[in-house]
Amino acid sequence: MKQPFERVVDEHGDTVLRVCRAIVGVHDAEDAWSETFLAALRAYPDLPEDANVQAWLVTIAHRKAIDITRARRRHAVVTDDLPERPSTIGVPGSIDHELWDAVKALPPKQRRAVAYHHFAGLPYAAIAEIVGGTPAAIRRAASDGIRALRAALSAPTSKE
Amino acid sequence: MIDTHTDGPDTSGLRARAVSGPGTLDRLHERLVAAASRDGLLDVAYTNVDTPVGSLLLAATGSGLVRVAFESEDHELVLDTLAGRFGPRVLRAPARLDHAARELDEYFAGTRTRFDLPLDLALSRGFRQLVQRRLADIEYGDTWSYARVARLVGSPGAVRAVGTACATNPLPIVLPCHRVLRADGTLGGYAGGPARKSALLALEARGRTRAPSGDPG
Repeated sequence: MKQPFERVVDEHGDTVLRVCRAIVGVHDAEDAWSETFLAALRAYPDLPEDANVQAWLVTIAHRKAIDITRARRRHAVVTDDLPERPSTIGVPGSIDHELWDAVKALPPKQRRAVAYHHFAGLPYAAIAEIVGGTPAAIRRAASDGIRALRAALSAPTSKE
Repeated sequence: MIDTHTDGPDTSGLRARAVSGPGTLDRLHERLVAAASRDGLLDVAYTNVDTPVGSLLLAATGSGLVRVAFESEDHELVLDTLAGRFGPRVLRAPARLDHAARELDEYFAGTRTRFDLPLDLALSRGFRQLVQRRLADIEYGDTWSYARVARLVGSPGAVRAVGTACATNPLPIVLPCHRVLRADGTLGGYAGGPARKSALLALEARGRTRAPSGDPG
């Protein structure tokens, strides 16, 4: 029997938010999260009982992120520089902007590989099914991405 | 939390830096509930309220309050049952239970002697539901025997079945099965346990002497 959706939100809400921040950036992450969980709620009764719920949520988040990125490009106005506007995203300082800026600077393939593998914990094969390509290519992208992130976060300009 | 199947470099430091921050998920949850309500996607909305008889789970469908459960009934188990019966789109949505929570507050404060709430009796049927509906006729502070309830529903021989109907009442307190006692005046059973049953009867005895309204009880 399928468990109440509340438990799905409780178990995976945090992970999906990290993934959204990695993929669409901090500014759009909450919209992406909301659209992901609303779509998931809608489809939940039809989800097979033995489905991997986390991979399913990441797949939805992936699609919503693509929609949001396209919409942004169409109405391209918003700059991506975050700080110093009134915070609509919680307690100031609770978001590690240095990290998210570094993630944002990654090429899209690396960014997704890092988000889905290292932040969401999905295996390379599951990610390959979501984004296309081979598991080996995803593995390389994840590893290149982590190396680039480490380099960016330890660069002298950053205040670690 | 994150369960990783990562191999290769240790990235726990990076993941630790990716935390959500306090309050963010609560706010997103509220936003989800609002959107789900707007789109009519909730099979069951629920909340918990603290009362003198412990935490109560309140759950509602689109038709009304469908379940009141004591802690002793295991709230997670109750939610599983509701998901199986009404669908798995079950979310904590306190605003949808505001009305019921307020009336229960007033009841426990001794200022309310009747509940005026839309109810969904879909969890019971037939004779049980018939009995449970009639429980509302027992006035605040009054107590009836199982036999009297059986007579009232036109089945004087069905005393035991009346007991079962009370024991399986999905809406205790609101449909006051605690006001039904054995013929000898002893408590009889109660889903929340005998201590809660006596606590509710004691509360009503006090409330009645205070006579808050002109309620002919």
